Amino acid sequence: MFDLNRWQEIFQTIGKNKLRTALSGFTIAFAILLFTLLFGIGNGLKNTFKKEFAKDSMLSIYIWTGRTTKPYKGLQSGRQIQFKNDDYKFLVDKFEDKMQTVSPRIQRNVLAIYKGEQNNYTLRAVYPQYLTLENAVMESGRFLNMLDLQKRSKVIVVGRLVEKDLFGQLSALGKEINLGGISFKVIGTFSDPGGDNDERFIYAPFTTIQRLYGNTDELNSFGLTYNPKLSVDQAIAFGNQISKAFKEKHSVDPRDQGAIRVANYAEGNKNVSVMMFVLNMIILFIGIGTLIAGVIGISNIMVYIVKERTKELGIRKALGATPKSIIGMIMLESIFVTTLAGYIGLLIGTTILKLLGSSLEKYFIINPSVETYVVVGATIVLIIAGTIAGYLPAKRAARIKPIEALNDE
Amino acid sequence: MIKIKKLHKSYPMGNDSLHVLKGLDLHIKEGEFVSIMGSSGSGKSTLLNIVGLLDTHDEGEYYLNGQLIENLNEKKAAVLRNKFLGFVFQSFNLITYKTALENVALPLYYKGISRKERQEIAMEYLNKVELGDWANHLPSELSGGQKQRVAIARALVTQPKVILADEPTGALDSSTSHAVMELLKEINREGMTVFVITHEEEIAEETDRIVRLKDGVIISDEKTNKSVKA
Repeated sequence: MFDLNRWQEIFQTIGKNKLRTALSGFTIAFAILLFTLLFGIGNGLKNTFKKEFAKDSMLSIYIWTGRTTKPYKGLQSGRQIQFKNDDYKFLVDKFEDKMQTVSPRIQRNVLAIYKGEQNNYTLRAVYPQYLTLENAVMESGRFLNMLDLQKRSKVIVVGRLVEKDLFGQLSALGKEINLGGISFKVIGTFSDPGGDNDERFIYAPFTTIQRLYGNTDELNSFGLTYNPKLSVDQAIAFGNQISKAFKEKHSVDPRDQGAIRVANYAEGNKNVSVMMFVLNMIILFIGIGTLIAGVIGISNIMVYIVKERTKELGIRKALGATPKSIIGMIMLESIFVTTLAGYIGLLIGTTILKLLGSSLEKYFIINPSVETYVVVGATIVLIIAGTIAGYLPAKRAARIKPIEALNDE
Repeated sequence: MIKIKKLHKSYPMGNDSLHVLKGLDLHIKEGEFVSIMGSSGSGKSTLLNIVGLLDTHDEGEYYLNGQLIENLNEKKAAVLRNKFLGFVFQSFNLITYKTALENVALPLYYKGISRKERQEIAMEYLNKVELGDWANHLPSELSGGQKQRVAIARALVTQPKVILADEPTGALDSSTSHAVMELLKEINREGMTVFVITHEEEIAEETDRIVRLKDGVIISDEKTNKSVKA
C-alpha cells in the first residue's frame, strides 16, 4: 500500500493542481462543517429540552390523599383519608423491588426568623433519600442523614434562596433559625434545578417534625423514584398498582379518584420521550440531508476532475500506465484530499461550536456539541462517497483507449 | 521489428462501418527509418495507432519484436508500450503541470524506477536533445520545437525498440521541422528504428524508406535516393 514513489507522484499532482484540490477539498470541508454545526445545534436543542424536563427526578412518583368521593363498603363519601407511618411500612414491604428510593413527607408552612429577618417558607419533613427525588444539589454542608432521624435532631437544610433571604451574603451554615417558635440549626444549603420555588424549601428530619408538631404518626404524602430498570409502561402500571393497593388498604372504592392520588412522572416521560424521538429524527434528517448534499457535491467534482484529466490519463497510458495504476492514482488522490479536508471541516466545526458555547442559551440551545464518533462517521461516509464517485469515472477513463483520450481536446 | 500481414481495421459509423485499413502487408526491420505518407483519411494514423498498441486491429497478424500481438488486455498493452515503444505526437502531449524533466521522467515512473534514478536518466536524455538548461521549465514556457524535443527525449528515455512519430513536425515551422527531423535521423543513426507518419513530402524525403498509403492500401514502398547516398 505504502509506495513512496506513488505518493510522491500523487503529492505532486495535488500540489500542482491547486484549484482542483481546493474545489474538492472545499466541498468536503464545507459539508462536514455544516454537518457538525447543524448536528451540534440540534444537540443543543435536545439538551435544552432535557434540562427543562429534568427539574425533578424523571423517575418520580408522588402519592398523597384527599377526601373520598364515593361511598364504599358502608362508609360514606367525603371521608378524609390520612396516611400514617404504617402506610410507609406497607409501601416499602409491598413494592421494595420496584422502587429505587422512597420517603414519607410532612409538609407545612412555617414562619422562619433569623435576627431581624423573617419570612414564610414551606417546611418539608423527609428521609435523607429525598434529596434524589428533587434532583437537588448540595451547595454547602450536608443533607439530612439517618442519625439525624434517629436522634430527632433539630437540624434543617435550607434552599439557596432561603439563605439569601435571611442571611444576605453571609453563610447560613451553623446558624440557628427559629421555625414557628422552635430553634433549628442549619447543617446544609442546596440548589435545585426546579427553580426559585424549589429553592425556598426547608428540609427537616421526618421524625423530628412528626414529634414536635402534633406528636402523631400521621404523614402527608410519599415521594419515591421507581427502579430505572422498569420501562415507561411498566412504571405507569406500577403507579396504578400503588394506587390500587392503598385504596384497598384504606377501604376506598377502586374507582374513587379523589381519596388516593398518584402523580406519576412516567406518564410525562412517555410524552417527553416521544418528543425527544421526534427531535432526534429531525436532527438525523438534517444530518443525512447535509451528507447527501456533500456526497452529490463530491461526486460531481470527481466526475469533472476525471473528465478534465482524460487527456493526461491518455498520455500516461501511452507512456505505459496500466489501468490499475490510473485508477489507483485517482482514488488515492481523492481519498487523501477528502480525508484531509474532512478533518479540517471537523476541526472548524467543533471549534465554532466551542466558541458558541453558552452564547445561544436564549435561543434554547444549550451546550451545542457533537459526539466525535458521529462526525468521524460522517467524514468516513464522505470519503467512501468520494472514492466511489471517483472510482466509476476513473475506471471508465482507464478503459478509454489511449488514442481516444489523446484526441480529447 | 514490425511485421504486419493482411491487416484490416474498420470503425463503426452509425449503422455502417468505415473500412479504414484494407489488408496491409508491411515489414519494417530493426534500425530502419521509415515514413508512412498519405493524405488525411488514407488510414496512416490508424496504422500508427495499431502499431503503437493504442488501438486494436480486426483481422490479420501483427508481430512486434517477434511477438504476435493478439488478445492484448490493457495491462499487457501498457507494459509492451512502456517496454518497446516510444511515442512522439503532433500535439506533443506533454503533461502541462509537469516540468520538462518530469515529463521526460514519467515513463520511467511506470517502469518502477526510483525517483532519484529517474531524474538522472531523464536529465541525461534532456541533455541529449540539448534542453538541459530548460529542465525545470513547464511546457507552456517552451517553444514548439523545444516541446517536441522534450517529447522525443520522453520517447527515448525508456530505451524502446521503436520510436513512433505521428506528424512530429505538423505543428512546427519549416526550420524547426528540419531540426526535429535531424534529431530523429541522429537517433536512427544510433540504431533506433524510427517510424514516422506524415503527409508532407519534404519530411518523408528525409527518411530512408517511404511507404505511400491511399484509401487503406499501400500503393508504393520505396527507398529514397538520400538513403542511397547515406
